[in-house]
Amino acid sequence: MTADEQPSEAAPGVTDAASGAAGAQAHEHETPQAPPRPLLAQDWRRLLRMGAVGATAQMFLALSNMPLRLDDRLLIKPILSFGYLSLLFVPFVVGNRVGHQIKREGIPTHAAGAHEVIGGAVAGAVAGAGVSLMALLLANFDLREPLVNWSPQLADLLAFGNSTGFAVFIWLLLGGLSGAAGGAMRLLRPRIRRVAVTMILTVGLISVMETLVTDLAEGMRFEWLTDRVYARRGGVNWNWALILAAVSGLVSVLARGRVRRTRERIASLEGASRNRANLGLIALTGALLVILPMFTGKLTNELLANVGLFVLLALGLNVVVGLAGILDLGYVAFFAVGSYTAAVLTAATSPRINPELPWFVALIFVVGITGLVGLFIGAPVIRMRGDYLAIVTLGFGEIIRLLFLSDWLSGWFGGSQGIVRIPGAGIFGLASVDGTDPRAVFYLVLAFCALTIYISWRLERSRLGRAWMAVREDETVAEAMGINTVNVKLMAFVVGAVLGSFSGAIFSAKVGSVFPNSFLILVSIVILVVVIFGGMGSIPGVIAGSAVLIGVLGGPRQPGLLAEFSEYKLLIYGALLIWMMLARPEGLIPSVRRSRELHQQEMAQDAWLREQLDEEANGGGSLRASAATS
Amino acid sequence: MTCTMESTGAGGGATAAAPLLETRKLSVDFGGLHALDGLDFEVREGEIVSVIGPNGAGKTTLFNAITATVALSSGDIVFEGGSLLGLDPNKVTARGIARTFQNVRLFANMTVLENVMVSQHCRTRQHAFGALFCTPAFRREEAEIRERAEKILNFFGSRLVGYRFDQPAFTLSYANRRRLEIARAMATEPKLILLDEPVAGMNPVESAELTKLIGRLRDEWGFAIVVIEHHMDVVREVSDRVVVLDHGTKIAEGVYEEVSNDPLVIEAYLGHGNENS
Ligand SMILES: Nc1ncnc2c1ncn2[C@@H]1O[C@H](COP(=O)(O)OP(=O)(O)O)[C@@H](O)[C@H]1O
Ligand SMILES: [Mg+2]
Repeated sequence: MTADEQPSEAAPGVTDAASGAAGAQAHEHETPQAPPRPLLAQDWRRLLRMGAVGATAQMFLALSNMPLRLDDRLLIKPILSFGYLSLLFVPFVVGNRVGHQIKREGIPTHAAGAHEVIGGAVAGAVAGAGVSLMALLLANFDLREPLVNWSPQLADLLAFGNSTGFAVFIWLLLGGLSGAAGGAMRLLRPRIRRVAVTMILTVGLISVMETLVTDLAEGMRFEWLTDRVYARRGGVNWNWALILAAVSGLVSVLARGRVRRTRERIASLEGASRNRANLGLIALTGALLVILPMFTGKLTNELLANVGLFVLLALGLNVVVGLAGILDLGYVAFFAVGSYTAAVLTAATSPRINPELPWFVALIFVVGITGLVGLFIGAPVIRMRGDYLAIVTLGFGEIIRLLFLSDWLSGWFGGSQGIVRIPGAGIFGLASVDGTDPRAVFYLVLAFCALTIYISWRLERSRLGRAWMAVREDETVAEAMGINTVNVKLMAFVVGAVLGSFSGAIFSAKVGSVFPNSFLILVSIVILVVVIFGGMGSIPGVIAGSAVLIGVLGGPRQPGLLAEFSEYKLLIYGALLIWMMLARPEGLIPSVRRSRELHQQEMAQDAWLREQLDEEANGGGSLRASAATS
Repeated sequence: MTCTMESTGAGGGATAAAPLLETRKLSVDFGGLHALDGLDFEVREGEIVSVIGPNGAGKTTLFNAITATVALSSGDIVFEGGSLLGLDPNKVTARGIARTFQNVRLFANMTVLENVMVSQHCRTRQHAFGALFCTPAFRREEAEIRERAEKILNFFGSRLVGYRFDQPAFTLSYANRRRLEIARAMATEPKLILLDEPVAGMNPVESAELTKLIGRLRDEWGFAIVVIEHHMDVVREVSDRVVVLDHGTKIAEGVYEEVSNDPLVIEAYLGHGNENS
């Protein structure tokens, strides 16, 4: 009876899946392709439109003065500076996007061919024409009045020191070439494209990380190598750029698929061995992070400490935004409260009370007080939802800063003078960690990052963490399932506050002074961008996000690897954020939950079901048994 | 308080036991619209009651009112002798009423197992401290939560078990989503389950299977159940009693055969155009 029923019920699902799988395979292997088209059968309007977008972008970039300002920072010794790169990447992207075809089932796509290159070249040249036009305008008009960056130097830069006519010609040509290269990327087979991308990224990355690498080289005594790779005043020497590209290309060819296969193998590991692999990976990363700073100099360690501080902040905000889904735009408030509490409790110069507690003792109070502040701010705010909540937290973030700035409380916190000469963080009498020793600061930050990661990891996998997730998914339903959403959200808010206070306490000890100006709303925004960019709810994502944004571009006040970019930092943050939201909304390294590959899982699920049905047909009733054991 | 005493006294005289849930003159207004209009409705322990009626009759609003997701205009809701007025939805659930939603509302990005585990929230108590220090009490409770969740999911036969435990809810088929919603309601350890159109969108085979399941829910788990349903074969199969709503009022009540022949009911369905069955 049951044996009769089961297959007949499940059968539709199975056949469905089977045909679905077959369909998917067919789709993959023999995408319907239209016959080849004549070379000039382009969608000209589309080419012109995209070219015009590129041209506008180029003119904007030229007028933002990025090319001029970044001209000194070389990427590859005499050939390419970041200044020119900031213009030239536009036609490349345009040329590449022109060849993009939307794939719809049943609608044939044409094979990539010479069209891609021609189309890319045309669109790229149109984009390049933007710069040509700029050069012409610069030569003939003086618009310095509204446009501050309208300068003869810019004209000179665009013309490579030659005449205006040359500038017009060369940018059409460069745009066309760059666009053609972008289009040609589509012709490459995926494997070769991967190699090409690896080569480009390697050279780019090594050039970007110049300070870091040379610093490391000094510590580990291989300056003889870096002296050759890098030119005296920045940038990779062109011959070394070629060598690096060749080596990375070779490695990429040799390692073909091996990296991915290893990753897949690790991902497919089960239970205990999976845990062991993860633990191994974490231990390795930890060891690397402990050993690396021993070989690097002050500047690099300062950078690492700054990145670490933002990782710490972002991990705290991640609990609030990523786990509980509460959009908190005033997170800097807790950073500020933590910093000020630590400052008041440890500094001898604190205006009202100065108990001069040791740092670690003060930390206990810092945690307690920030937690209470979180509770007090959270209690009225947390009843709100969505946009309202975001706006109100934004307000509270500012209120806290203004309170520290106010005359009313200046007797306690020093108003705009802040609190200065804060002693370093004493570690049980072993050492005092302050700004003069960035390496020690980094280790301190690292320890607290480890603590914070542990806390968020434990909480995520608990009753509280599940409740947070439920609230994030659907607050109304969470409440209907018996979750006291107000309490649970408040808890997230307080945990976030406490985690934020850690970095506050370290910050005041590191910098040695706190001013209301260190806690601008911009800090909240930057931390939020780090979390979103890295991947909400993902700890590795948040770390990667800080490394890329804070490490490379720099924080609100902290310089990054590309210190020259500091002026354009926010512009680039914005562009990256938009690009991320369009191309990869789940973030750089998404949490497993968000990146589960639907398709693959369904196939596996159906395979499982089929297997079970076979077994049931043979043995009967084994389904229940296997379900009970698993 | 006195009110409750009186009614219990009166009920005790007529039937042996007081009803599990009772609404008294329940009214819910949306602007000028009386979605519920002085409704008296009751459910006894271990009973399966079907609520039927044309679209817009106020059936879902009745569930929303009982679970405190809409505000009452007047009237009272009494559950196990105590009023539910002024309670938050989560407190109502903690008192022992669970529900499913007409438009399935799972925690889509959580796994099947997690959906059921999180719904035990109000029956468990370990907090941040236990989780951080991984105390024995925490570990014991986690194991219990998981065990209960697996037990509940096993109730649905092969549908939601084994491999599917760790699937995110959004990958489930439509029928499985409805099953998972019921599992989630069971996990809150209720005395009364409110099912809002549980077989909507299912094929006849699945629908018949779920009908049997509703009976087993009562027989094996002892829940009282209220079902909103449009499919008359399901209603006939499961209900001890049928309540017919129209324009927020009760127009008929009784066993299926009585109600289905009631001229008022036929009129209500025909008058609205019978678009549902
Ligand atoms: N939140 C609401 N706001 C305004 N009107 C509502 C709301 N919920 C339900 N209604 C109205 O109340 C009436 C009853 O709806 P409902 O209870 O959903 O009917 P059904 O019996 O089909 O479940 C309908 O006319 C509906 O439009
Ligand atoms: Mg309804």
